[in-house]
Amino acid sequence: MSSLTANQPSAAGVQARSKVNDLVIQIATSNGSGSQSANAILLRSIFQMGVPVSGKNIFPSNIQGLPTWYTIRANKDGWTARRKEIDVTIAMNIESIQEDIRELRPGGMLILNSELKQFLNRSDIQVHIVPFNELVVQVCPEVKLRKLVTNMIYVGVVGNLLGIDLAEIQKAIDKQFRSKPKAVELNRNAATAGYNWAAEHLVNNREFLIERMDKTTDKILIEGNMATALGFLYGGVTVVGWYPITPSSSVCENLIDLLGKYRHDPQTGKATYAVVQGEDEIASMGFVVGAGWAGARSMTATSGPGISLMAEMAGLSYFAEIPAVITDVQRMGPSTGLPTRTCQGDIIKAYFLSHGDCRHILLIPGNVAEAYEFAMESLNLAERFQTLVFLMTDLDIGMNNWMSDAFPFPAKPIDRGKVLTAEDLERLKFFERYRDLDGDGIPYRTLPGTKHPLAAFFTRGTGHTPAATYSESPENWQANMDRLTKKFDTARQKVPQPVIEKASGSDVGIIAYGSSDIAVKESLAQMESESGLKVDYLRIRALPVNGAVRKYIESHRVAYVVEQNRDAQMASILRMEYPDLAPKIRSILHYDGMPLDARTVSDGVLQSERKK
Amino acid sequence: MSTTVTEPAAKTPAVNKIGQPLAAYRGAASTLCSGCGHDAITNQIIKSAYELNLESHRVAKLSGIGCSSKTTAYFLGQSHGFNSVHGRMAAVATGVNLANRTLLNIGVSGDGDTASIGLGQFLHMIRRNVQICYLIENNGVYGLTKGQFSATADKGSVQKKGTENDMMPIDCCALAIEMGCSFVARSFSGDMKQLGTLIKGAMVHKGTALIDIVSPCVTFNNHEGSTKSYKFAKDHEEALHEIGFVPHFEPITAEYAEGSTKTIDMPDGSKIVLKKLHRDYDPSDRDNALKLLGQARDERLFLTGLIYMGKPQPELVEQKHLVDAALATLPEAQIRPSAEVLQKIMDSLK
Repeated sequence: MSSLTANQPSAAGVQARSKVNDLVIQIATSNGSGSQSANAILLRSIFQMGVPVSGKNIFPSNIQGLPTWYTIRANKDGWTARRKEIDVTIAMNIESIQEDIRELRPGGMLILNSELKQFLNRSDIQVHIVPFNELVVQVCPEVKLRKLVTNMIYVGVVGNLLGIDLAEIQKAIDKQFRSKPKAVELNRNAATAGYNWAAEHLVNNREFLIERMDKTTDKILIEGNMATALGFLYGGVTVVGWYPITPSSSVCENLIDLLGKYRHDPQTGKATYAVVQGEDEIASMGFVVGAGWAGARSMTATSGPGISLMAEMAGLSYFAEIPAVITDVQRMGPSTGLPTRTCQGDIIKAYFLSHGDCRHILLIPGNVAEAYEFAMESLNLAERFQTLVFLMTDLDIGMNNWMSDAFPFPAKPIDRGKVLTAEDLERLKFFERYRDLDGDGIPYRTLPGTKHPLAAFFTRGTGHTPAATYSESPENWQANMDRLTKKFDTARQKVPQPVIEKASGSDVGIIAYGSSDIAVKESLAQMESESGLKVDYLRIRALPVNGAVRKYIESHRVAYVVEQNRDAQMASILRMEYPDLAPKIRSILHYDGMPLDARTVSDGVLQSERKK
Repeated sequence: MSTTVTEPAAKTPAVNKIGQPLAAYRGAASTLCSGCGHDAITNQIIKSAYELNLESHRVAKLSGIGCSSKTTAYFLGQSHGFNSVHGRMAAVATGVNLANRTLLNIGVSGDGDTASIGLGQFLHMIRRNVQICYLIENNGVYGLTKGQFSATADKGSVQKKGTENDMMPIDCCALAIEMGCSFVARSFSGDMKQLGTLIKGAMVHKGTALIDIVSPCVTFNNHEGSTKSYKFAKDHEEALHEIGFVPHFEPITAEYAEGSTKTIDMPDGSKIVLKKLHRDYDPSDRDNALKLLGQARDERLFLTGLIYMGKPQPELVEQKHLVDAALATLPEAQIRPSAEVLQKIMDSLK
């Protein structure tokens, strides 16, 4: 599948912003207050109303107490990227109340916990003061549950104000708590209480509304890390090594759940997979490389700091030609950095990771459906090219809720690459581990356990001959490096190809990748409607790139590379690939840790184009 | 008259029970220094594999980086080998074990590789009970980088250049016992009989089996003042017992049947026979084993033999309830769930 069709809106929708099915809701709570379920239910209720929607967590690196926000964007045209302007705020947290009130747009709607009403200092917004603490006492006799249940009351209140059917809210509650009837009842009661109280007590000018549509039929709502985990499940992963790190942990946690449910031998009930949590990322990557060498389809998931620790093994995988997959759910900065904020800051590092001359294949999904598809493909490519493959997602894709078409069953069989069996060896009467027999740079391998006198070989990071014997000869070293280059060049045509998302004949083009996609698409419509500027768009889906990207840059006067890092990492790689085209490559950079929004892209292009 | 040339009849080389000559278990020629203790260990690995009738293709040879780690190229040339990354063989072995549980893993490491850079992985590997016969070729020194101390160098040991080590050594055997390893032995590269016996025992052990083998470095650590020299080891060696290994296909010989002996059953049906020397040593007593190691350290004695052997514990692949076949070669039908399952999952997300 080339790209998602779920979120392909028309340009017309952006022109006049209607307040029906076009709004951003921000819920401000404190971390650890259990608002996650309530927010998911509100999101799902809107989804069930048939309105395209997305949900983003903006959370602190903290277990309990610090402010956390959840942003829902509902948009009839499918624009579900982040939008900075907030229409509706649900203010529950004293820690962030002043900021929350300040940031609501003029004319916006504030749902305010009555305990916080003394902070109200604006008259240009509509305000609904709700006595949550009184309401919760009536629906929840158990004191220790009240904090949690309060969240469900705001779902009812806002549901009523926005015109969401109570039945949809209740259906979403049933789905969320399906196995816990007591929780279903308690939460249904709380939502209903909030809903009814709002109907009775609040004056609703019906300015912000959710009305029923049919834009979510057959769609799914899913977090990117779950999509990635599903991809590895269906990609036939057999060995997983991992070490917890935000924001990647839920890739492996979801995968563990899925494998536990769906990957057992039907006769014996035994596992057809192994997951081991390592003592650190070095060990986790060691498991993956060892397992890959022995013939498993193996992967690990981590984030920036973990990638650093895996660097030595990455070089070995590249040079000794061992299949391995690393999922990098990118986050901000070194060490702790901003572990709960998103970025695309590991592109250069991952591409060249390790010592000596190293280059790795990077798959860069632009949405959750591709996260699923590319996770599967990463295992295929790792075995086909006998090398390390990175699956590059980020916190925005990985930990946020996205709408998507349902994922299709894989169209092609699992690819194990060039593996020779004992029967093959008997037929060929020849085997040299690092000999390029096919002219594509990819040698053949055998797996340990292959019963044939020709099968064995010795794997080392040291220099080696095509027959895998030790060599320090300059000729052998260089010839091997050149073959690795050839192999990498072969990969250019086999990785997910770039997609021309929009070709309007304009001389201005955008190049983007990963989670920037949906914001870039919205920006294209925005620029056209606001300024009449038509802009083309090519989306890179993998590295290394091939001639299609070159052709695209050549055919435009200027190519703006939109990316979520400070150092213009993809633009730098493109300038390296095409030095003659460097003057055409410009950058639009976003690196404050928040997901990219269309305005940032449009402003960047428009400002630059005005200067020309 | 015809000329008859008579040649001596070609001597048929001796073969083991699977028809393999000893030479089939050799590898490439060693590039280590002449007289290196490591080569003696390599020879014992070759001999042990021959005597145990190992099928070469069932063996994976694994190592980290260092002189010791190079030796995996010098034995079992018909087995797959992987000379990986410094201090990380333990993790690589874990991955190999998970990918193909039918392989016998033979890991060769050094004191720098295991006790310095790789100590964490070494301990976690034992904790997980990865299936491996793990040999430390311990010379207390970094040979490949020309003579720096490792973490097993004894306090007071003197470098070739005269520098004295002022740190206490790490005792890999004591640590292994602490971590739950159920086969822990120490030996000396110069004691071929004991070493060969222990290697065979370690190869048939279920789970992680460790032998810490003092193997003097003839170039950088075999001088006066080194506690890992041939002379020091010979002078200070104290064997716990005389030790014999009886493969499961051979009867126990008279040599071990008489006198004060203790027979230990191995999981594959073979036996280890300990013949008592001057000490009434019971290798199944964990606390005593640790106590003895402590005493030996204080007395600067170098204790050899089977120091501890406990009841075999579930291996990693058993803890993980893996299928009996290698995960590496499972067919697609076993590793890709059905379209119906996917449909069910998709429906739950709608």
